[in-house]
Amino acid sequence: MNWIFAFIQTLLFIVLAPLLVGWVKWWKCRLQNRKAPSLLQPYRDLLKLTHKQPVVSHTASWLFIATPYIVFSAMILAASVVPLISIDLPTAASADVIVLVGFFAIARFFQALAGMDVGTAFGGMGASREMTVSTLAEPAMLMAIFTLTMAASSTNLASAIGYVLDQGMVLRPSFVFALFAMILVAIAETGRIPVDNPATHLELTMIHEAMILEYSGRHLALIEWASAIKLMLYGVLISNIFFPWGIAVDFAPSALGTALLWLLLKLAVLAVFLAITETALAKMRLFRVQEFLSFAYLLGLLGLLSHIILEASR
Amino acid sequence: MSQSWRDMYSQLLSSNQISHTSSSIQDTPLWQIESSQWQRAAELAKELSARWVAGWAEQLEDSFNVNALLEKDGDYVLLRTTVAEQHLQLPSQSTIYAAANRSERHTRDLLGVHFTDCPDHRPWLKHQAWQKHEYPLRKDFPLSGQPQDITPPDMDYAFVKARGHGVYEIPVGPVHAGIIEPGHFRFQAVGETILNLEEHLGYVHKGIEKLAVQRSPEKLARLAARISGDSTVAHAWAACQAMEQAASVDIPSRAAWLRGIACERERIANHLGDIGAICNDVGFAFAQMQFSRLREQWLRPQLQDFGHRLMMDYIVPGGVSHDINQDACERQLQALKTLRQELDDIVPAIDMNSSLEDRLYTAGYLSPQTAQDFGVVGYVGRASSQDFDVRRDKPYAPYHTLQIDAVLEEQGDVASRVWVRVKEIFASIKLLQQMLSQLPDGDIKADWKTPQANAEGLAMIDGWRGEIISYVRFDEDNRISRFYARDPSCVNWPALEKIVLNNIVPDFPVCNKSLNGSYSGHDL
Repeated sequence: MNWIFAFIQTLLFIVLAPLLVGWVKWWKCRLQNRKAPSLLQPYRDLLKLTHKQPVVSHTASWLFIATPYIVFSAMILAASVVPLISIDLPTAASADVIVLVGFFAIARFFQALAGMDVGTAFGGMGASREMTVSTLAEPAMLMAIFTLTMAASSTNLASAIGYVLDQGMVLRPSFVFALFAMILVAIAETGRIPVDNPATHLELTMIHEAMILEYSGRHLALIEWASAIKLMLYGVLISNIFFPWGIAVDFAPSALGTALLWLLLKLAVLAVFLAITETALAKMRLFRVQEFLSFAYLLGLLGLLSHIILEASR
Repeated sequence: MSQSWRDMYSQLLSSNQISHTSSSIQDTPLWQIESSQWQRAAELAKELSARWVAGWAEQLEDSFNVNALLEKDGDYVLLRTTVAEQHLQLPSQSTIYAAANRSERHTRDLLGVHFTDCPDHRPWLKHQAWQKHEYPLRKDFPLSGQPQDITPPDMDYAFVKARGHGVYEIPVGPVHAGIIEPGHFRFQAVGETILNLEEHLGYVHKGIEKLAVQRSPEKLARLAARISGDSTVAHAWAACQAMEQAASVDIPSRAAWLRGIACERERIANHLGDIGAICNDVGFAFAQMQFSRLREQWLRPQLQDFGHRLMMDYIVPGGVSHDINQDACERQLQALKTLRQELDDIVPAIDMNSSLEDRLYTAGYLSPQTAQDFGVVGYVGRASSQDFDVRRDKPYAPYHTLQIDAVLEEQGDVASRVWVRVKEIFASIKLLQQMLSQLPDGDIKADWKTPQANAEGLAMIDGWRGEIISYVRFDEDNRISRFYARDPSCVNWPALEKIVLNNIVPDFPVCNKSLNGSYSGHDL
C-alpha cells in the first residue's frame, strides 16, 4: 500500500509540474499587463514537441540522445524521495537529502556533457556556465539543508519534516537564514531571473538554454518536462521543509485531500512571489552570479552558526 | 567670423599642389581631384578633423567616378576623381579613415575598382554568389544576374585569429536563435571576456543599387522605402529629396511639413521599440511589454492618416501621397499628450530600477575619440559627445524654421544610448507639436519635371538612426542611372567592434541592441 502510494505521489509530481510552470507564466503575463496563455499551455507545448521529429546532429554521440532520458529519470527519482503530500513514504525512508542533491548532480552532469557533445560553441559555453553556477550553488544548498538536518538530527527529509511538525510554530533564526539561502539557491538552480532567463532567445546570454539549444522534438520535451519537475521540486522543498503544516502524516483520505489542497496553495503562493521577482528584476551580469551565490552560502553558514550558538545548547 | 573649414581645406589642398576643380551639386561643393592624390586629399581633411561620411563609385562610358563625401560643422564637401577603365586603381582612403574600409571593399566587390593599399583584401559583400571577375554593378552585368543552382558556402573568410591559453572562438550567426536579420559575429574570448569581435555582414545583399538603374522616380522612391523597413520614411525622403534636387522640383511647404511629421513619427516609434528591446535583452521584460504597447498604439493610427501602418510609400517624388485634415491634426496632438503622460509614468519606472541600472551603466562604452574616429552618427554618436544633427546643422525644410532641442550625452555607455533615445522622443514630441499646430496650407505634391540627362542630386536627411546620404544621377528620359544610399548603420556597425571590447560575452546582445544597426540598410 505504501509503495503504491509512493508511486502515485511521484506521478502527481510529474503531472502537476507543467501546471506550476503554466501558473508562473500566467502571473508573469498578468504582471506585465499582458493577456496570459491558458494554464494548460505547457502541456500543449510538450504534446506538440513529442509530435515533432527530433533533429540530431551528425556529430552527436549516443550520449546526446541518452541524456534527455537520463535527466528525466533522475528528476523522477528525485521526485520520488521528496515528501509531497505525506511524509510517511517508503522511498523517502530509503534515500536522504544527500542522495537528492546527488540526483540533481547526475542530471546536471549528463546535461553538461551532452551540451559539449555536439561541439557547437553555445553548448560548451552553456555547460561551462552551468558548471560555474552549480559549483557555487551546491555548497550553499547543502549548508542550508545541514542547518535543518542538524536541528532534526537526521538527513532524512521525512523525519526532518516530521521534526519541524512536532516542534510546532517556533521561530528559529537558523531556519530563517536557511530559508533565504534555499530560495536564492532555488532561483539559481532552476535558471530563473535574475540568474538566468528561461524565456530568452539570445544565445549568448543563455546558461541552461544554451546547453539544450541543440535539442528538438521529444528530446526537448523530456528536458523541458524535467526542468518543470525540478522547479516544482524546489518549490515543494521550500514549502514542505519550512512550512510543513498541512502535510499528511498518515494515509487517511481526508488528511491526504487536505494535504493536497494545502500543498497547491503553498506552491501557488510561492509561484506568485517568483513571478513578482522575475517581473521586477533584470537579469544580473554573469559575474555577479558568484556574488549572489556566495551570499546564499553565507546565509546558509549563518544559519548553521546560529543553530549551534542559539539553539543547540538548549 | 572665423573661416569655414571648407575654405581652409581648399587652401590646404592648394598649398599641397592638389588641384581641385570646383563645381557643385546644388549647395554641396564638388571638387574634382586627380586620382593619384586621392589619399593625400583624405590625409589633409583628417588634419582638419573632418568626418568621412560616405563613399561610392559609378561606371561612366569608359571610366569610373569615385566619390567621397566629407563633413565638418554641417558643411559638406564631395570629392570626386575619375579613373580610366584600363587602369582601374587608385590609392585607398581607408588607411586614413577607418570608416572608409568597408565602403571601399563594397565598391571593389561590386564595381571592381581597386584601392591599391587598402589594408583589407577580403571581400565584403561578395559571398560567392557571383564569380571572381564579375562585378554586378557594372553595366554589362545582367540585372537578373547569373544565378548558380546552389551558391557555394562562403567558407574560409579570414577572420582575425587569437591564440593563447584559454582563448576560444565563438561563431554566432548568421542565423540566430531569435527572429532578427542575418549577420555573422566572430568572437575571440578568454573566459567570458571578449578579446576581439569581428563582424561579417552582407547576408541580406539585395542588389538595391543595381535594381535602381533605369527606374522611374516613382519606382525609385518605392525601392528606397524598402532599403530598411524601420527607416522607410527617412530613406524615401532622402531619395526623393535627391531626385527633386536633380530635377529642380520645389516641393510645396505643406508637403515638406508632412514629411517632417512622418519622419518624427517614425523616430518616436523606433525609439519606443528600441528602449523596450534593450531592457528585454537584460531580462527585464516588463519594460518591453510597456514600450511595445506604446509603439503599437503609436503605429495603429498611421494606417488611417498616412495610408500605411509604417508609412511606407507615404513620401513620393514631389511631395507626399496623403493629406491630413484638421481632425487628424487634433487627434495626433491629443495622442502626443497621451504619449507624454504614459512616458512620464513608465520612464521613471525604468530609471529607478537598480537591477536595470546595474546592467546598463558602464556596459558597452564607446569613447568620444573612437566615436569621432569612426565618424559614428545618430544616437550612437550623440551618446558619445558627437554633437551633430543634420536637422540642426544643415537644415532642410521643414526644420529650418523649427526649434530643435539638441540631445547630447557624454557617458558613451548603453545607458547613455537609452537616454539619448528617451530625450529624442521628448524632443520629437515637441517638434511634432510645433509642426501639427502650424501646418501650412497648400498642395501636398508638386508636378514632376523631367530632369536633364546627367543631372545629379545629393541629399542628407536625419533619419531616426542618424544621417542618411542619398545620391542619384539621372539618365535621359527620366530614368535613374545611379543610386546610392548610405544608411547610418554603415558607419555605426564598425563601432560595435570597439564597443564590446572588455565586456563579457553575455553583454553583447544588449550592446548590439543599443547600437541597433540595420543589416538590410548596410548590405543594400
